[in-house]
Amino acid sequence: MTGGGLAAPAAGAAGRPSAWGGWPPATRTWLLRAGSIVAVLALWELGGRIPVSLTFPSFTATAAAFAGMLADGTFLRAYSETGGPLLVGVGLTAIGGVAAGLVMGLSPKAEWLGVPLFVILQAAPSAAIIPLITFIYGIGFAAKVFAVVLLSTPVIVLNSYRGIRNTPVSLIEMSEAFLASRWQRIWKVILPAASGLIFAGLRLGLAQGFTGAILAELLITPTGVGDLITFYRSQAEYDHMYASILSIILVASVSITLLQRLEGVLFRPELRSP
Amino acid sequence: MTDAKAATDATAAPGPPVGADEPAVRVVELTKDYPGGVRALEGVTFDVPAGQLTTLIGPSGCGKTTTLKIVAGLIPATAGQVIVDGRRVTGPGPERAFVFQDFALLPWANVLRNVAFGLELRGVPRAEREATAREFIAKTNLTGFEHHYPHQLSGGMRQRVGLARALAVDADILLMDEPFASVDEQIRRAFQEDLLRLLSDARKTVMFVTHSIEEAVYVSDQIVILTRGPGRVSNAVRPEIARDGSPDEIRRSRGYLDAVEEIWGELRSYVEQDMQAPQQTGVAS
Amino acid sequence: MRIAGRRVPMAFSLLVWFALWEVIGRAELVFLIPPFTGVLVAIGDVATSERFADAAMVTLQAFGIGMGLALTVGIGAGFLMGRVRAFGDVLGMWANIFESSPLTAIVPAMMALVGFGLPTMVITVFLFSVWVIALDTQVGVTHVSQSLLEMGRSFGASRRQVLLKIVLLAALPEILAGIRLGLIRGVKGVIIGQLLIAIVGIGYLFERYSRSFLMAEFWALLILVFAFAFAASEAIAYFERKVAFYATTR
Repeated sequence: MTGGGLAAPAAGAAGRPSAWGGWPPATRTWLLRAGSIVAVLALWELGGRIPVSLTFPSFTATAAAFAGMLADGTFLRAYSETGGPLLVGVGLTAIGGVAAGLVMGLSPKAEWLGVPLFVILQAAPSAAIIPLITFIYGIGFAAKVFAVVLLSTPVIVLNSYRGIRNTPVSLIEMSEAFLASRWQRIWKVILPAASGLIFAGLRLGLAQGFTGAILAELLITPTGVGDLITFYRSQAEYDHMYASILSIILVASVSITLLQRLEGVLFRPELRSP
Repeated sequence: MTDAKAATDATAAPGPPVGADEPAVRVVELTKDYPGGVRALEGVTFDVPAGQLTTLIGPSGCGKTTTLKIVAGLIPATAGQVIVDGRRVTGPGPERAFVFQDFALLPWANVLRNVAFGLELRGVPRAEREATAREFIAKTNLTGFEHHYPHQLSGGMRQRVGLARALAVDADILLMDEPFASVDEQIRRAFQEDLLRLLSDARKTVMFVTHSIEEAVYVSDQIVILTRGPGRVSNAVRPEIARDGSPDEIRRSRGYLDAVEEIWGELRSYVEQDMQAPQQTGVAS
Repeated sequence: MRIAGRRVPMAFSLLVWFALWEVIGRAELVFLIPPFTGVLVAIGDVATSERFADAAMVTLQAFGIGMGLALTVGIGAGFLMGRVRAFGDVLGMWANIFESSPLTAIVPAMMALVGFGLPTMVITVFLFSVWVIALDTQVGVTHVSQSLLEMGRSFGASRRQVLLKIVLLAALPEILAGIRLGLIRGVKGVIIGQLLIAIVGIGYLFERYSRSFLMAEFWALLILVFAFAFAASEAIAYFERKVAFYATTR
């Protein structure tokens, strides 16, 4: 359903999903997307061969390095170092942040105190604070957890808050009419209604968490995947460097998609059925 | 305001037993102001006889839904009171069940759970409440859709879920806010007939809000006409209709047509007003 | 929130937090947190310093160019994605992947590729902000109601008229929202880029202050940068409010 109806040529009108060369629209989408990936990889390969720069490896070189690092356990080691603080940090913010958003959504006093604070924390370039973390938490696990928490908390809190506030009034009224207690209303109506925005916040929070973990590793404590990137750059092994970067992008995308699937399974059965 | 205070003292405790001809609901001098100085209702007074269907009708903005929600205990009145079964209304209660105009179904719950929701909130054990829910799903002709979700249902079916939910809690008084407004005209008539059939075996008191005159006359024992600016009771009409004919015969009977004419006469002047001036904003409906 | 019966706007809660900051600072609980009043004074010092002026120039230049590119490419791509289904499916996939990726990881590669200066900063700003602008524009354009478009056609509007007089305006609330989010991400991008490059701009200034333990100056700088991001985003929010009156009835 796009606005392409007016630009519609005779065949394959973009306004309505239609068969395209005999194929159903879903296949067409899949083909186009796969095609674009192939095109991008081809351009990458070309760029690496020309070469665009001595520091720009081709796709095949990157892929080879990727496979090598996967095989010899480099990725495993690096991700267990990065993954720990990331999971702990996001776990903390998921629980604490959603709870804070909930309290803000339900209590006018908490809302008054919390909203401006978190809006500022969300808009401010908190990344600048990361180098300071070492002064309190040193360069270990705690420092990285703090970086993750710092970057991911505001968006989780604000999204949870907005989810609670956006509960349809009609559903609240209905639960009042059927004599729901305060807890029943929160648990059976408000939270499920807010789950969409809460999960959107968790996805964004996870993305920010990845950024926080990587920044911590690039700026203050050379460990994990961030260290891979820095190390290979210092060694001018750009194929390995790009492979590390690619790995973090893939891991982030996959985990965020998994989170989305998890939401569908656990909370929103109505989104599963057509 | 003194009326309200005196009434509180008199009826704070459960009142005298309700007699057979005691109205189920008494609306007494109901006044509702909204912030900004908008007076939605003023001195609205009428009785709702037990076991009968009373309709509130009036032009948009006359406060009929506001009145209904005050009776339901969802909105507080500024002055005046509502007395249900001898007791003053201060909030929602188990003896009143509400059917919402926009259905208000939980989108993440299937039909079975939605219908059982009122019972779930009361702590009725699962097996028992699902059995009751199935009973009312059958009565509203929704059998087979127990595991469907609201987004898979048509508007008419969703409203039947809302109705089943209200019936499932076995309240004496049913409050219905324009229940058929979002439904196709063809289906609407079928719903009206179904509603009458459903109510005929239960001894329920029903308060109904609509802005369709034909609907009001067809289903009601009593029609209370509200006018707006601010909302006041203009008249109460009891259609004299012999209910032994077929629906089509009823709709052509003398009593039916007279009642429709009478109500239309009262409301006509408001329609003409609407045509000339833009609709007032901020007035409750 | 009411005090003595009068409504207190939400922004005033910040005064509570500033007071808390002052107390913590005075008590010297954490050396990283100086008294708030000290920070306020430092804002004046920092803002008028020559170093800040130089850093701000460099930063604003990178930010301006990067945002300009992001707006042009983002809104343009968003339109394309919204109007032509094929583009929407394909570009949308890429935009979604990158919008939630830790693009910070790409900055070191950029630094190796184009050096430690303006180009890297511009690319970082661009990469941080373009996706959300494109995606929100796409949403706005696809949600233009079919009947508005048909109405335009039935009154004989040309393609260009439809785009400019109907689609652009109908999609404006979403486009503005995307721009506002893009601006905030762009500021984060330029700062993060400079933190990583470490020798230019405001990012470098942050590092200098923290290395020399000039904490009041550090927080002052943070407040200044935030104030800029906030001002820019409020400017867009102003326009969003101007078009809000029709946002619900499109």
